[in-house]
Amino acid sequence: MDGHGHGAVTVTDAAPAPGAGLRAAARIVAAPDGRGGTALPVLEGAGPFALRRPRSYGHEARVALVGAMSAPLGGDRLALAADVGAGAALCFTTTAATIALPGRTGAPATYDTRLTVGDGGSLRWLPEPLISARGSDLRQTTHVELAATACLVLREEQVLGRAGESTGRLTTRLTVRRAGRPLLDQELSYGPGAPGGWDGGAVLGGHRAVGQLLVVHPAFEGGQVSPRALGPTAALTPLAGPAVVVSALAPDALALRKVLDSALSQLNAVIRAF
Amino acid sequence: MTATTDVADVADVAVGAAGRAALLVLADGRFPAGGHAHSGGAEAAVKAGRVTDVPSLEAFCRGRLHTAGLAAAALAAAAAAGADPLELDEAADARTPSLALRAAARRLGRQMMRAARATWPSPALDTLASARPRGAHQPVVLGLAARAAGLGPLDAAYAAAYEAVSGPATAVVRLLSLDPFHATAVLARLAPELDVVAVAGAEAGRRASDEGLDVLPAPSAPLLDITAEQHAAWPVRLFAT
Repeated sequence: MDGHGHGAVTVTDAAPAPGAGLRAAARIVAAPDGRGGTALPVLEGAGPFALRRPRSYGHEARVALVGAMSAPLGGDRLALAADVGAGAALCFTTTAATIALPGRTGAPATYDTRLTVGDGGSLRWLPEPLISARGSDLRQTTHVELAATACLVLREEQVLGRAGESTGRLTTRLTVRRAGRPLLDQELSYGPGAPGGWDGGAVLGGHRAVGQLLVVHPAFEGGQVSPRALGPTAALTPLAGPAVVVSALAPDALALRKVLDSALSQLNAVIRAF
Repeated sequence: MTATTDVADVADVAVGAAGRAALLVLADGRFPAGGHAHSGGAEAAVKAGRVTDVPSLEAFCRGRLHTAGLAAAALAAAAAAGADPLELDEAADARTPSLALRAAARRLGRQMMRAARATWPSPALDTLASARPRGAHQPVVLGLAARAAGLGPLDAAYAAAYEAVSGPATAVVRLLSLDPFHATAVLARLAPELDVVAVAGAEAGRRASDEGLDVLPAPSAPLLDITAEQHAAWPVRLFAT
């Protein structure tokens, strides 16, 4: 996949000068606009983060993150935050894959995302995949705080290396809390220098794309959805809460997306029937 | 080695009042807590052709050690260090997305609870047993059992981490008719990493009991989660997981 220089969001751990790592942050605030829709009183992005507002449909506001700078970027510490207020609805996408690239100093890059959704609020967080280019080293965290009646659709996809190259190093942790209690906490580490066995039969087993889809909605309270296999390397399972997670492995990003999209339409059908 | 060094070594390994012997009792594969019925995902991995020989068994066990093993070691150590068992149980749920694996962890926790209460009676075990009559997550019960036995967080972490690899290695001997000497050699080769995982788990467990459970690691193994749901649906299987 060649997103480099073509509008891709590129994460690099290259510091422009010794001891001067670049930092970039973006922040989105979504709130009810008082007319049945959602307003975006805060929409701020700097450095590699350019936020665009595509036309919204109905109640939900939409934000797209566009890679605004050509690589190599100096953004070695990226932070992205979105707050969806009570009763608001937001859909977030990116226009291209995010590519973690090697830097000159060898220091890891960091990319931290903080999301909150208030009561009756809804967030669909659907970025394009993260690609770990050979030689890169990225530490990614995503923290989500959900109010008791908040809804969430969150997709995460990682691709181990661009076409034909070996993978970089990635550690990515997704922590989701609902009503102040832990709902899902998952960290995946792979690549050179990661704890051993990551490519063996217990963890990734030679697959080059890995992803998960988390859907939190009252329709999933009380275990209405039974666990099931979605082909040989994907499964859907209810969490200990009103939520379902789909975990999937695939040979590449395209095959991974196909599995997650198919699962999402099944889950949307459950939600519509609720 | 002088007598002084020996005492220091013992104190280092066993932070609680008891010495190493109680740890041997707890970590013994014959401790009647039901672990022998579980392959730790190895049965599904053998069926899928991901574990076929000694090297693929070793890669499987190494991956399991650094993911499920570390998570269990940290939970057990936190329980042994005195963290709230019910909050740990909730943290274990969040770290176990697979329903089949949550159910298995609770069944194993219930069996461990029965064995532990008979072996090392303690009010803490009684309290958790009545709060979670259908079973708490096994590593949490294991940690409380270690504490009741006078053992410390590092001991509990060792027992949990070792169990994470000894189960699959033993199961694969049966599943593939593998030479038991070769399976044991896999465990021996993993020993240095087992030390690292146990120490990391113990450190996280001690910190968690002071700073809160967010500091506990949450390493995941996608294939273990995915294949656990498939395995649970098999009509006939040799092992429970």
